[in-house]
Amino acid sequence: MAGKVESQELDLTKLDKILSRYEGQDDALISVLQGVQAEFGWVPQGAIEHIADAFQISPGEVYGVLTFYEQFYLTPRGRNTIRVCRGTACHVRGTNANLRTVERTLGIKEGGTTNDFKFSLETVACLGTCFLAPVMMVNRNYYGKLTPDKVETILKQYD
Amino acid sequence: MGKIRTADELDSLRQSIIEKLDPNKTCVRICMTGCRAYGAEEIRDAFDEEIKRKGLEDKVEIRETGCHGFCARAPVVVIDPQDIFYQQITADDVVDIVDKTLIEGDIVDRLVYVDPVTGGKIPFAHDVPFYKEQTKNVLRNCGIIDPTNISHYIARDGYAALSKVLTNMTPEQVIEAVERSGLRGRGGAGFPTGRKWRLARAAAGDTKYLVCNGDEGDPGAFMDRAVLEGDPHSVLEGMLIAAYAIGTKVGYVYVRAEYPIAVEHIKIAISQAEEVGLLGKNILGSKLSFEIRIKEGAGAFVCGEETALLMSIEGKRGMPRPRPPFPSESGLWGKPTNNNNVETYANITSIILNGADWYSRIGTETSKGTKIFALAGKTNNTGLVEVPIGIPVRKAIFDIGGGIPDGRKFKAVQMGGPSGGCVPEAHLDLPIDYGSLEAIGSIMGSGGMIVMDETTCAVDIARYFLSFTQSESCGKCTPCRFGSKVMLDTLTRITQGQGVEGDLELLESLAQQIKDTSLCQLGSTCPNPVLSTIKYFRDEYEAHIKEKRCPAAVCDALCSYYILPDKCQGCMICLRACPSEAIEGGKRMVHIINQGKCIKCGTCLSVCPARFSAVAKVSGEHVPTLEEPIPVSTVTKGG
Repeated sequence: MAGKVESQELDLTKLDKILSRYEGQDDALISVLQGVQAEFGWVPQGAIEHIADAFQISPGEVYGVLTFYEQFYLTPRGRNTIRVCRGTACHVRGTNANLRTVERTLGIKEGGTTNDFKFSLETVACLGTCFLAPVMMVNRNYYGKLTPDKVETILKQYD
Repeated sequence: MGKIRTADELDSLRQSIIEKLDPNKTCVRICMTGCRAYGAEEIRDAFDEEIKRKGLEDKVEIRETGCHGFCARAPVVVIDPQDIFYQQITADDVVDIVDKTLIEGDIVDRLVYVDPVTGGKIPFAHDVPFYKEQTKNVLRNCGIIDPTNISHYIARDGYAALSKVLTNMTPEQVIEAVERSGLRGRGGAGFPTGRKWRLARAAAGDTKYLVCNGDEGDPGAFMDRAVLEGDPHSVLEGMLIAAYAIGTKVGYVYVRAEYPIAVEHIKIAISQAEEVGLLGKNILGSKLSFEIRIKEGAGAFVCGEETALLMSIEGKRGMPRPRPPFPSESGLWGKPTNNNNVETYANITSIILNGADWYSRIGTETSKGTKIFALAGKTNNTGLVEVPIGIPVRKAIFDIGGGIPDGRKFKAVQMGGPSGGCVPEAHLDLPIDYGSLEAIGSIMGSGGMIVMDETTCAVDIARYFLSFTQSESCGKCTPCRFGSKVMLDTLTRITQGQGVEGDLELLESLAQQIKDTSLCQLGSTCPNPVLSTIKYFRDEYEAHIKEKRCPAAVCDALCSYYILPDKCQGCMICLRACPSEAIEGGKRMVHIINQGKCIKCGTCLSVCPARFSAVAKVSGEHVPTLEEPIPVSTVTKGG
């Protein structure tokens, strides 16, 4: 499946549009990559070389930035993104049991994507919503004061 | 709104805004930032609809504000002019609020805050102990104004400090005022802000940069988020004043990408300020020209460290470099750069408007002003509180925080997140200031306070922090890269019951080496949670190592789940929910957990109805269990 997506033609016009927004700004590499990620949902291999050319740096340098920051993905992502918070408040209120429930229910680990591309699973350091602890987000929706049984119900709501 | 060209024009604009405001007009203030996670948007929509239906559009204003602070009671609304405080409301409550309160002026009893101590109802926000004990300086506009409306900010003395600085003060006088105020950096290290500005001003060169660090990465701290979301102009104004004092033309606000509302609000604030000429060329007719750019973080905790942050702004891997040279000499693109935290900038306007003397009267001898703390973890009133520096820890947790839920016992509070240490019960009367906390192995940090009760394991929490710092280590220097890994592995072994004699000594000696030799603060402070928990909870470490027991019953490898025969009602809820089919039994038969099949996921504990409480998680205790399921009716209940 991943290979199939990879082999699709990368839409360079979309990529060039993003690049043109930051023309002449040497410091814009991260912003461009964020734009690519927002457009495609991940950063395809072909985009890396194209961006490197635009910034007149090596693809290795672009790759270095991509792998340094957690936000960037080098593989296609699922339609829905689950973010389980691992902040301190969530930790002391039992977020681990919830994370394990998500992993078990979907059969993927942190960083993984289900085979049907329905879900991608991430953990984040802190969502800054400690009053909801333990909390997770699915796309832009927050789910607070979670327990393992609530997690299963929530996952069923997504398609 | 046209361009504001002079200080006088700003004053008359402010006057005209204030004149148009009717202080007696009914206004419903809804938190539309933190409370959004609890359905504040639906509540706003319900208000809009109901107000329209009743034809009250001219009489009632629905205002979307930033955080009110009392997040434990989310979603909250406050109704002016009476200051009526409604909490934990839903969209279904809106019709009642409109009918009873907005039309008839009565209070909807069921939505009022009930004091957990006295049991009395407290209808007005200013009487709620959580608010009453605070001193709101930085948060003065949060929850009051609409942060996306510059008029609201201007009406509350917004940009008056900038105007005063540009018309009446020299850059030198501004720096002197900030120095005399005693303000110290709110990001964690506590470096005197005035001195930092002086260094940047004195640095050679014409091109200098200003940076606002909004990469609030400390898990458990969310005050910068609240300020950026709820009062973004106060940060911009603080930066403008710094730009004037230091002599810079370009500033950057670096915000975590995990804070989308903060990014949105600061962007709106910048474009509004540009529109009226409060950012741009010759601001208020002065020689000050200043522009602000936004940089969104991409998810790296180490970027909160200032040299790493600068690398990230330049679009590179956010790896720290040795200091000196400090950024005030050589920062962004090698130019002198002044870097302060969000909360630090937000303090500046009050220092300028009220004077350094006023500011320095708040706080303690060595730590001035107010500080925002994020109360979270095992405390009743989670949320944001702003208090004078120096109040006792006890007051913050028990008087404002409302104590520990479920009648449990306080154990410790972690201050300063992964870089900090814990304050145990014995030090509850310690004043919260930079020096006092450092003396007992903790730090002020950015203001995160994670309260832990007796069900929190000291070893597990140390392991948790190490797992965080270890995964966030950038890998540049060896002590942090390897040292944190070895410490984490050791702690993991201990929590899994594989600790050996000598582990504590190994941890202590490694911790010292990592502290002494790491390149940046991420590395040099990462041993703090380990050292402070060993210092105050050594017996717990020893229970894990010698007795293979977790006294708080947290560490899974050392714990087991049991169903208590005298409490089980044979309801089948846990049996059906168990993902590993480890629960045996039947309808009205006492259930038993097959320990061989149990994966210790905790599902049975979470689904067992509270009125039965028949599932126990224990460590090192003998629990009498049954050999096979028997009818519920044959068990003697209650003992």
